[in-house]
Amino acid sequence: MSDCLWVGTRKGLFGVARDNRGRWRIAGTWFAGDPVSMLLPQRGGRRIHAALDLGHFGVKMQRSDDGGKRWRETPAPAFPPRPDGLEDKDPMRGIDIPWSSKLIWALEPGGAGEDSGELWCGVIPGGLFHSVDGGDSWTLVRSLWDHPLRKKWMGGGYDFAGIHSIMVDPRDARHVTIAVSTGGVWTTKDKGGSWALIGKGLRNVYMPPDMAGDPLPQDAHRVVHCPAKPDRLWMQHHNGIFRSDDGGEHWQELHDVPPSSFGFAVAVHPTEADTAWFVPATKDERRFPVNARLVVTRTRDGGKHFDVLSKGLPDEPAYDLIYRHGLAIAADGERLAFGSTTGSLWVSEDQGDSWQNVSKHLPPISCVRFEA
Amino acid sequence: MTMLRFTPNLHRLVDTPSARVAGATVAQVLACYFLANPRVRGYVLDDQGAVRKHVAVFVNRELIRDRIGLSDPVGENDDIFVAQALSGG
Repeated sequence: MSDCLWVGTRKGLFGVARDNRGRWRIAGTWFAGDPVSMLLPQRGGRRIHAALDLGHFGVKMQRSDDGGKRWRETPAPAFPPRPDGLEDKDPMRGIDIPWSSKLIWALEPGGAGEDSGELWCGVIPGGLFHSVDGGDSWTLVRSLWDHPLRKKWMGGGYDFAGIHSIMVDPRDARHVTIAVSTGGVWTTKDKGGSWALIGKGLRNVYMPPDMAGDPLPQDAHRVVHCPAKPDRLWMQHHNGIFRSDDGGEHWQELHDVPPSSFGFAVAVHPTEADTAWFVPATKDERRFPVNARLVVTRTRDGGKHFDVLSKGLPDEPAYDLIYRHGLAIAADGERLAFGSTTGSLWVSEDQGDSWQNVSKHLPPISCVRFEA
Repeated sequence: MTMLRFTPNLHRLVDTPSARVAGATVAQVLACYFLANPRVRGYVLDDQGAVRKHVAVFVNRELIRDRIGLSDPVGENDDIFVAQALSGG
């Protein structure tokens, strides 16, 4: 059971710990003032990776091997030299895609054991990087970056496309599936040797109607898989909620999800594949809770029915938006946490039936993760 | 040799001691400096070696013209100052 939660915000990294009376409190602060875009706690809480977005001075990686007491900078994933004369423009905006990491948006361990040092990292503008030495060095996955269809990925909320979800198959670490906003779902069976665009059944309504089912321009906001049943994927998509039972090859759209099927975040129970959580918002330019009532939704039956959970969440109007990495579940499947753009943080110890407010005054929250 | 200094805003993030560095262009001076201070490179230049969008490089009191190739010439008595631009961040 995890008693520690890491929270990355617009103004630093926060450690949140559970005291012996069951209260969750802020226990530590690091990188105060600096945006923390992504986190990865590993090895029983000893090793933590934190990705910083220093604005003027670029993206940086920091790593602690003692639970956050000391940090040291490690290399940030960097693009190789851009070939002279290469045309590489975002198709939606028509502007040059920088061959430079703009935001570290996904960070996951490889499947060959925590101690292998294998890591995958997804960035804006759409690069996937691989490390075999715990982040001491990174290699751009050229097979994906050089794929002709990569040039058709588009920026969504950001100017350029980005990889925000990376799922390593616990049965076979060579099988890695990623999701791109906006560029659909991609999978490799040979650890990045080759890639396939998958995603039949996904649907968008922001492209011309005859492209609605094209797997390429699908704006997956976030995709997660059930670790105990990794063929089951859950997707919060720009146009709704989708479920896959075959590793992302085919998807089924869930209709009539209350109060809205729009949002960014999704979490799945680590062993019960039919149980998943979402934090809905009003589609799609307005982006705050439906009728300003902040709720979490949960299905326990694969999406046939949804519970609308609000105990412990604000009674007053709330304008909190939950970013795609702002909802997390602990390994026990009981504890969840989510943090908002308004700087509020909640924890549940009963699968979302009730929520405890940890703070209403944090900086805007980009990511939350329980200690591994 | 050219005098190279950095904005104090960088000091809390990475060690950037001022130094007198040899080189006929801004690119050469910075490349020489980064040999001794390799971490600083990623704070000033992007992955392609261009000046980061929200970093400004002055030679004496003038902003450099070539932010991509850093080919602006420098002389023995010139000062280079690497600043945090007012934009962005």
